[in-house]
Amino acid sequence: MKNKLGALCLGLAVLLPGLTLAAEIGDTERGERLYGKCKGCHQVGANAVDRIGPHLNGIFMRRAAAHEGFAYSKAMVRAGADGLVWDAETLDAYIENPRALVSRTRMSFRGMKDAQDRADLLAYLRTFSDNPANIPEAAPTALPTDHDLDPEILALDGDPEYGEYLASECLTCHKSDGSSDGIPSITHWPTEDFVVAMHAYKRKLRPHPVMQMMAGRLSNEEIAALAAYFKDLE
Amino acid sequence: MKLNRRIFLGTGAAAAASLSAPAVLASNHEKARVVVIGGGAGGATAARYLAKDSKGEINVTLVEPSRTYFSCFFSNLYLGGFKELADIGHTYGTLAAEYGINVVHDWAVDVDRDSKTVTLAGGAVLPYDKLILSPGIDFVDDAVEGWSLAAQNAMPHSYKAGSQTELLKAQIAEMPEGGTFAMVAPPNPFRCPPGPYERVSMVAHVLKANNPTGKIIVADPKPKFSKMALFQNGWNDHYPGMVDWIGEDFGGGNVSVNPDDMTITIDGEETKVDVCNVIPAQKAGRIAEIAGVTDGNWAPVNAEDMSTKADPDVYVLGDASQQGDMPKSGFAANSQAKVCANAVRGALTGSKVFPPKFSNTCWSLIATNDGVKVGATYEATDEKIAKVDGFISQTGEDSALRKATYEESEGWYTGITSDMFG
Repeated sequence: MKNKLGALCLGLAVLLPGLTLAAEIGDTERGERLYGKCKGCHQVGANAVDRIGPHLNGIFMRRAAAHEGFAYSKAMVRAGADGLVWDAETLDAYIENPRALVSRTRMSFRGMKDAQDRADLLAYLRTFSDNPANIPEAAPTALPTDHDLDPEILALDGDPEYGEYLASECLTCHKSDGSSDGIPSITHWPTEDFVVAMHAYKRKLRPHPVMQMMAGRLSNEEIAALAAYFKDLE
Repeated sequence: MKLNRRIFLGTGAAAAASLSAPAVLASNHEKARVVVIGGGAGGATAARYLAKDSKGEINVTLVEPSRTYFSCFFSNLYLGGFKELADIGHTYGTLAAEYGINVVHDWAVDVDRDSKTVTLAGGAVLPYDKLILSPGIDFVDDAVEGWSLAAQNAMPHSYKAGSQTELLKAQIAEMPEGGTFAMVAPPNPFRCPPGPYERVSMVAHVLKANNPTGKIIVADPKPKFSKMALFQNGWNDHYPGMVDWIGEDFGGGNVSVNPDDMTITIDGEETKVDVCNVIPAQKAGRIAEIAGVTDGNWAPVNAEDMSTKADPDVYVLGDASQQGDMPKSGFAANSQAKVCANAVRGALTGSKVFPPKFSNTCWSLIATNDGVKVGATYEATDEKIAKVDGFISQTGEDSALRKATYEESEGWYTGITSDMFG
């Protein structure tokens, strides 16, 4: 995904030079006020240091967990190794619902549901990324979309029997006993987290190529069935 | 409809066979019987899922000659010193004790599809309602001039894991300083498409550490191979100048060996070598041919449930099957086994049969913490198992991603072996 986006971004940068990017994303002044929710843990600006969370200068186009000296969660390190890069799109998804993008992140923030709030916040954060005018940006990420999953998808009742059959495909790699060496555990997840995470792979927001492929061909009902099965797996 | 027809046929056939084959199925209040031949990624998985999901409704017998199964996948990592032999050895105790599978360590020597029985080398005769063959590969006779199974100690194939793998590792360790390791790579299709090239990587890894002036030559009848750019970039980066890959264009398919003199002749040029790993052309494990379900070297199957084109009550999984687009890999066999087990259970017990879904991912290790992968999803069409979507690692990926890919492969190994052996 990174490569594909990168190529796309470069193309756009050539086509559309001089985009005022932060302003394209949202209202920086409103974003500064919204940033009040973040600053208990994250600093920005000239003298920013790492506190509970890493400082956020230069966050755009940085790989997840790549800021040296900060002790990231295992989940964030894994997301970074898988190729998660912070751009307007991935940051938007993360701020909306941190655990949807990085399941066991330590960031205890329940999420910012309003798309315009997120856009404004990102516009503000963007001003602290190095040399923002040179940061490549793909068109879809300049205007963040709302990542709210359709409530009807979340409300689907999965068929656990079908889930058990479908799960046999997952269990080639993921272990049913919930151990997680090299490959994360997928048992006993709350249904909503499971469904949101699978749809994030399906939409290629989460970076892992195997999971993008596997989730990509699952229907909404099949994802619900898997969630129902793994939730109660003994 | 299919379900009813099959149960009817099964019952009818058993009745016709009268006393020689005891009656089967619910009509006589006996359990349906499935015999699985071959305890690898296809057979062990199919047996386990049938036993587990039927909750005792199906009597499952697994016939496998080896008491300890050494997985071919990860056997290259043993050659490279990344795994111990014990790490890739698995036994069948859990399948017997926890899943109630009747595990028989014997060779299947005959299949009578009329009486629906399997004969074992020890003389036992096993009746079946459904027969699942997952025998892996055998080698095509005279595929490499000068080589036969009689020469496998001088020139090991090491393409069935176990003592052959140990032998090859010992031979690599004993290579003289600056010596030559030769490989004869097989023509398509063959087990584990990236396998020979991962093996080259692992041999190079060992030589780099212990015998850095050692050389590797590969005679290959193919113009290209799986993950070719990834492997060749990796060889250049980690083992510059060590690997000489001779493809079809340079006569890599025109090869003969002499196990007595330890020479290999590639396109007319004879070379004395210290180790020669001959991986011959392959075909379905012999029992598939004996059962009469092969056409040419492989057993054609229906994509929907892995039943053979020759007999709806005989299924072939994994390497031995000719199914379409899936590679011959342990992952693929495991994937096919679950589709097959679901269909067989449905046919025998009336349980719900879900639509088939297949997938595969093959990880390969090029050097320490330099893992790559290729994968795809597949669907059943009327003609074959057809590829839907896929991905492959990219050249130039950073070291963190390559390390994560290797760690992921280790996770997969524990995952799939748990899925096979419980």
